[in-house]
Amino acid sequence: MSEPQDAAAQAAQAQAAQEQAASDLAKVSPPNGGAWNVVGKPRRRVDARAKVTGKTLFADDLVRPNMLWCRLLRSPFPFARIRSIDTSAAEAMPGVKLVLTGADTPVTYGILPVSQDEHPLAQELVRHVGDPVAAVIASSEEQAQAACEAIQVDYEVLTTISSAEQAIRTPEPQIHAYAQEGNTHKRVALQFGDVDQSLEDAAHVFEDVFFYEGNTHLPIEQHASLAEVDKDGNLALHSSTQTPHYVHRAISRALELEPHKVRVIATPNGGGFGGKSDPFNHEIVVCKAALVLGRPIKICLNREEVFYCHRGRHPVLMRFRTGVDAEGKIVGMDLETLLDGGAFGSYGVASTFYTGALQTVTYQVPRYRFRGCRAFTNKPACGPKRGHGTVQPRFGQEIQLDKIAVALNKSPADLRLNMLVEPNSLTANYLTVGTIGLRECIEKVLEGSRYRERWGNLPEGRGLGLACSSYLCGAGLPIYWNKLPHSGVQLRIDRMGAVTAFCGATEIGQGSDDVLANLVAEVLGIDPSDIHLRTGATDITPIDLGSYSSRVTLMMGNAAIEAAQRARAMIAEGVARKLDVPKGRLVFSGRRVFDVEDPEVGMSFREAVVEGEALHGTLGTTGSYTPPRSPARFRGGGVGPSPAYSYSASVVEVEVDPTTGWLAVDKIWIAHDIGRSLNPTLVRGQVEGSVYMGLGEALMEESVFRRLPAKRSPAAVHKFPSLLEYKSPTSLDMPEIVTYLIEEPDPKGPFGAKEVGQGPLLPIMPAVANAVYDAVGVRIHENPITPEKILSALEAKRKGKEPRYGPTSFPEIDWPEPFVVTPPWEGGDGSAGNAPQRKRAATKEVYR
Amino acid sequence: MMRAPSFAYRAPRTVAEVTEILAGEGPRARLLAGGTDLIPNMKRRQQTPQTLVALRRVDGLKAVRSGGGLLDLGAGLTLSQVLMEGSLSPGQRALKIAASKVATPHIRNMGTLGGNLCLDTRCNYYNQNYEWRQAIDFCKKAPAGEAQTEVTSGTCWVAPSSPRCWAVSSTDTAPALVALGAEVTLVSSQGERRIPLHQLYFDDGMAYLTKRPDELLSAVHVPVLAGWKSTYWKLRRRGSFDFPVLSVAAALKLSASGEVEEARVTLGAIASYPVSVATDALIGQPLTDEVIEAFAAEAARPAKPMDNTDYNLSWRKKVCAAYIAGALKELRGDSLESLGVLARTGARLPVLH
Repeated sequence: MSEPQDAAAQAAQAQAAQEQAASDLAKVSPPNGGAWNVVGKPRRRVDARAKVTGKTLFADDLVRPNMLWCRLLRSPFPFARIRSIDTSAAEAMPGVKLVLTGADTPVTYGILPVSQDEHPLAQELVRHVGDPVAAVIASSEEQAQAACEAIQVDYEVLTTISSAEQAIRTPEPQIHAYAQEGNTHKRVALQFGDVDQSLEDAAHVFEDVFFYEGNTHLPIEQHASLAEVDKDGNLALHSSTQTPHYVHRAISRALELEPHKVRVIATPNGGGFGGKSDPFNHEIVVCKAALVLGRPIKICLNREEVFYCHRGRHPVLMRFRTGVDAEGKIVGMDLETLLDGGAFGSYGVASTFYTGALQTVTYQVPRYRFRGCRAFTNKPACGPKRGHGTVQPRFGQEIQLDKIAVALNKSPADLRLNMLVEPNSLTANYLTVGTIGLRECIEKVLEGSRYRERWGNLPEGRGLGLACSSYLCGAGLPIYWNKLPHSGVQLRIDRMGAVTAFCGATEIGQGSDDVLANLVAEVLGIDPSDIHLRTGATDITPIDLGSYSSRVTLMMGNAAIEAAQRARAMIAEGVARKLDVPKGRLVFSGRRVFDVEDPEVGMSFREAVVEGEALHGTLGTTGSYTPPRSPARFRGGGVGPSPAYSYSASVVEVEVDPTTGWLAVDKIWIAHDIGRSLNPTLVRGQVEGSVYMGLGEALMEESVFRRLPAKRSPAAVHKFPSLLEYKSPTSLDMPEIVTYLIEEPDPKGPFGAKEVGQGPLLPIMPAVANAVYDAVGVRIHENPITPEKILSALEAKRKGKEPRYGPTSFPEIDWPEPFVVTPPWEGGDGSAGNAPQRKRAATKEVYR
Repeated sequence: MMRAPSFAYRAPRTVAEVTEILAGEGPRARLLAGGTDLIPNMKRRQQTPQTLVALRRVDGLKAVRSGGGLLDLGAGLTLSQVLMEGSLSPGQRALKIAASKVATPHIRNMGTLGGNLCLDTRCNYYNQNYEWRQAIDFCKKAPAGEAQTEVTSGTCWVAPSSPRCWAVSSTDTAPALVALGAEVTLVSSQGERRIPLHQLYFDDGMAYLTKRPDELLSAVHVPVLAGWKSTYWKLRRRGSFDFPVLSVAAALKLSASGEVEEARVTLGAIASYPVSVATDALIGQPLTDEVIEAFAAEAARPAKPMDNTDYNLSWRKKVCAAYIAGALKELRGDSLESLGVLARTGARLPVLH
């Protein structure tokens, strides 16, 4: 290559970089010049008043004339074959209008194209206690319930499979015939570089086994749905769902309807946390009944049934083998996970990949191998809960780092700070990290808690623990393969000054409606309360994939800004013409549009809209967002990529009673890298809500199942499916939380914002475990971290045994050969050397 | 949602009317004394009474009287009223603490003293809805479709080879009142009887009360206990809201020089009834650490927790002595702060508004 060409190329590169920097800066700067209108100002959320005064209508608040009620008859057996069902007595009961069984709903559905393994009502097999077998539609809920009890079902009981370990060594009876092998749903293996060599060359190798117990979302609102055939002859479903678009697809498929004849309206969710992200059997059943009877059909689950829906945190057994150099920097990591999936696929294949996806985005991991296995068991299906699949390995990784620091006589803080991932870098598994505020997060919580002086120096019984984490700002790929936008926003603006924003995003309490109003208001210079919001209704709102994977702020937000910028441009053209001011000089602020050089020259927003409408005709714009393409080109590389990653760090202070193991959490410091706070009130609420949920998982929440003596009973029931006995902290049980928001705007996010709904949960559980170690010198490798486990470890310590509580071994799993991908710094291009490339069209979904 | 089965509702105004209804209805009737225990149980079909006899309008059950060295508390007082009752003596502090630790303010505003004393025994094979119990083929305390009073031959899933039911006495006020030496009045159409409170209970998870179905618990008589000190420690997962997995009620009278003159210690939630332990080892002794710990180790012996409440049973057994010791140290005068983190779950009173 000749020199002049080289110089020209360099100059072009420099110019491109400069342009990129300018564009990045513009993206995170106020759209109306020097100051922000709304962004960054603490505000009451737009839906707050309606929610606290009872005006918000949740799904169970909906009532229709002529409405009928649905109840489901559920299996009392964990695993059984249905020999026969006799519904005749039920059909003759008072008030009964319809009885449905599996024969009426033969088509499968499921959230992932690869696991369409659910039926609205059981066909041949029931797979867990609570699996629906029949449905009764009656004039009242009591009548429907009474008729359910009159249905006679003859079952042949099969052997109960109640744990992942049992499942992988018990191929028969098979829970699902499509499983990869026996009752092993799926095994995956990925390798990035020669990990074995790195572990061999490492100064130290640490091997640890951890168990993360399953738990559930515990939304206060139980799932409820109302289905009806509307005046236009369309099927309309109102439902407490986080993913109306996916429910729309599932209903079309399971009931064999033209998708455009179906409307799904997500009602505001009274909490979701991932538990309302799947299409559910009860949703499809009430739709079927509405089609048969032509009358509105309602169902509201009771609390026990919510536990049967589950889709909560997978119980995960994991083994970490981590090699470090003399300084404690990671040189290679080998991770194996075993997930107890429950009775259905749900998001499980994605969950499995997620247990291995994000180990690389916090600390540099030069070489990495991940192998994950998901098993089917006769328990309600596990799925995504806040932090989906990344929570369990984060628990293990952060505890292991604490152990490494102690073993190498280093501060756990410095060990971490010494190996943080660099901004704008690619990880070993080809995840693109943009901004990373983790260093600032760590420094903040260290300072607040005086960790550097106090860690290791507190009196016996008192301790501090540090842990960090990262999370996605939206999954880079949709659940079914398509090239379409992940989120769309539509605006209509009329001469009355009314702005209506439409988006398929779903308000689940996280504040997505407020984010939408915030961003549109920012661009148009009006107040968020001025904007009418229409969200989560598949007939009127552009598609948004749903409230999961912390995707809404980033994806909907970018779409909203695009739509608002387009509307602003149209209005500005009209105003510019009217005022004879160059449109580039117009500022939208304070419900006015005016000349930045002479603010007196201007007009009200409403007058401005009139000018825009006069020039362009009826005003309406759209915006959409599609995430950037991931450089990962290997199969399995679709789980983990995200436009941006948020970061969190936390220090937890505990007190432990050495006699009984009693544990009290006294204070929590948490710092979260939010990019930019669009509404700091809401952001802090999400941080504290995450801490709250994390503390519940750390201290008490567990979805454990009761077995009875096997020769007496096949039972496998949730031990305590109730709000009283499934222990979760109340607001009165919360310690003081000190929250720090780290704002380093990320150009991928709307005005620089990243996610906050899930990330701050992740460091809490390992930070509690690490604090217990600092307090009394024992390691708890299993959550929840209860007094029983602490006392058991203390007793082991007193007897001179390993001062630890938790699993000690990981079962033999017949792992497949991993796809081997060369890391970027070893010359890799993101593809697997030994496997076919991911075929994007292979999973193409066709409506039935 | 889960709906309660239908029932006849009676709302008498006087004790005499109540006992008359009970005499006529027998075991088919249940008293509604707040309903915070009974109504959820009816929704889950553990109890399906034909008639509910509401006590809310019976003014005669809400009296508070002092005299003769006793405080008489009407059984119809709500738990909130009990814990706010100004005439409770310092020696009766254990009752105040126990009442304050029942459930939540909302439930204490509904739940009554008499209701709490008669609280159904609890077990996590039993306190489940109908479908759950169907999935384990029911237990003997709550068989399918039958009233609880029926004698059945079902299994106790806590101890399948045991002939009895092991459901746990989970009332907070009973251990406190037993330790305070309280008596109760039971009224029926046949007349009235007054018994020491501990005689109200049987060691059986099913037939846990000696009260006959036609009897009404009308009043509680609590000695003023001048010169005594008492406390109540309640162990539970959440300080905000839970049934006890262990409770310790302790009442002591100390001499001027600090020796124990009289002592009563009652343990809750470790059996089907409130268990009083022998306190002879304390009498005449000063409350040194050695005396307390030796006593606590011995006093913890009768505690035989089963696997039917929150927390695992071996831990509940292990923590028993520490908890008894903590309660006695508090009565000795130790500050709760000095008793460490375990004390934070124990005796501290919530802020009263």
